[in-house]
Amino acid sequence: MREKHFGLGLFSLLVFIFLLGPLLIISVTSFEPGTVLKFPPEGFSLRWYENIFKTGGFIRTFQISIIVSLLGNLLALILGIPAAYALSRYDFKGKSLLNAIFLSPVLIPGIVLGFTLMKYLIVVYQLPMYLGLLIGHTIIMLPFIIRVIASSLSSFDFAVEEAALSLGAGRVRTFFQVVLPNIRSGILAAVLIAFLESFNNVDISVFMTGPGVSTLPIQMLTYVENYFDPTIAAISVLLMVLTGLLMFFIERIMGGLTYFTKR
Amino acid sequence: MALLTLDQVSVAYDNQTILKDFSLELEKGKLLSLLGPSGCGKTTTLRLIAGFLEAKQGKFLFGGKDYTRVPVNKRNFGFVFQSYALFPHLSVYDNVAFGLRMRKVKDRDVSERVMRMLEVVNLNGFEKRFPQELSGGQRQRVAIARALVIEPDLLLFDEPLSNLDANLRVNMRVEIRRIQQELGITTLYVSHDQEECFSISDQVAIMNKGIVEQLDRPETIFKYPATEFVARFIGFHNFIEFDERSDAGDAISLKVGGRLFTATANPGTVRPGARKGAIRPDDLIVSGDTGQEAANALPGMIKVSTYLGRSYQYVVETELGDFTANQEMETPYFSGQRVNLIFPQDKLVLVE
Repeated sequence: MREKHFGLGLFSLLVFIFLLGPLLIISVTSFEPGTVLKFPPEGFSLRWYENIFKTGGFIRTFQISIIVSLLGNLLALILGIPAAYALSRYDFKGKSLLNAIFLSPVLIPGIVLGFTLMKYLIVVYQLPMYLGLLIGHTIIMLPFIIRVIASSLSSFDFAVEEAALSLGAGRVRTFFQVVLPNIRSGILAAVLIAFLESFNNVDISVFMTGPGVSTLPIQMLTYVENYFDPTIAAISVLLMVLTGLLMFFIERIMGGLTYFTKR
Repeated sequence: MALLTLDQVSVAYDNQTILKDFSLELEKGKLLSLLGPSGCGKTTTLRLIAGFLEAKQGKFLFGGKDYTRVPVNKRNFGFVFQSYALFPHLSVYDNVAFGLRMRKVKDRDVSERVMRMLEVVNLNGFEKRFPQELSGGQRQRVAIARALVIEPDLLLFDEPLSNLDANLRVNMRVEIRRIQQELGITTLYVSHDQEECFSISDQVAIMNKGIVEQLDRPETIFKYPATEFVARFIGFHNFIEFDERSDAGDAISLKVGGRLFTATANPGTVRPGARKGAIRPDDLIVSGDTGQEAANALPGMIKVSTYLGRSYQYVVETELGDFTANQEMETPYFSGQRVNLIFPQDKLVLVE
């Protein structure tokens, strides 16, 4: 039987209010009919939602964000799956060092990483802005991809792979027909988590954007610097819905983010 | 000529030598077990033959061809794993069909051969199930069917029964032997369970620290172990180091501290001149003290007496050290009682 604990209940409630309060306020203010963000709102209107689609920039940068996240995800998968496989399958010298290097983008402050990338990719090597943005996003997604897939591989019995070899399948074929199908859910979770990480990223993107090339979060940042109308609240609500949907899928596929904490 | 020959093979991982100058032969259609404690190199030998490991030195010949550098997937050997290693994402049917599809067998023939093999392992009707829906014994049967359906030139078992419970283990080993004999397939079997190996094998190789201590028919090993290690491994607990030995035909006379023993010659398993005697606790007879000196007898005193259910086990202290003897009797000897240990001539064997 569970004990009822009044103090603890109250404390939990306060924590939830603290966490969810701002989201709630943003959601409510997005329906404000006036031209200034206000709480509580003075009426109900969807005009600022309409404004998202009318104002130039949001839709275009949303598309760029999606393209960069998806392409970056693909690149991170191409680099990350073999890395995760090697790190879980084999023992070799310098394995822990390599592990640390692959995870370092999470540990280094984004500002530092973003600035360094700009300094070298854009200034020194004169790469196009688009390419720099893509490389930056690939780098920040890589640790998530490797971590989640490696954790999925750690519960994979490699004798299964040997069984395929002994039955006549070559190494490459074994990887695609036996290993990959068995870590499918891990890969899907990795892709979703990495996507969120990239899609919401500001600190790397801010150095990699400029005239004509921008991501949605950067566009939003620029917008609030100049305007104070509820458009930004409306767009936040739409992003929350998108993020919420993705989280829902992660939850359904993997049983949540516990996937991250278990090694 | 032997179907399989390992010739002076060496294997090492991380600078640690597991096998050194190791040689082994296996005849077509026979079942050979590799038996030994963990770390003796039996699994390494099996994995080497399967092709999962590469030899640093030496040669592996199969059917007269050099297989030393042939990759695993080109060997056509069936391997049955300890963890079964079924493909979790495939149904029983697809698991068994996997090897045939790799060989580009036509769909119609695949289906026919898979169904026939499922029949051989008594799993008809299970083809749509997935591995996680099967019991341990059923999984192992799928694994055996999967390895057999490709009509392998050699079947390899790596401790296939160690994850099953005791009753099932006995059934499965009978099953394995039946299938092996029915199909006449050459088989190499690795286990650390003596009873399991002895019950199903044509030949058993007892391994220790990377070498074969004895390779023979199970019956011969059971009766005439070649070395002290083998003797201990198969349940000889009592050893006597003799000082003198003289052979007269089949009878061998031995002497230690003025006492005389006779033993029967082994059928060529032991180098002549071995002077260490071994006997099982079950074969040693504990009789009342007669006070008389006799051949193959040793006076002693009961040190510990324990009840085993069917018999009593005694630890008897003698001038040659402690001996363990099991004996069925109504009223047991008591601790401190003086007894005579009798070593029957046909049960006392000489080992190296």
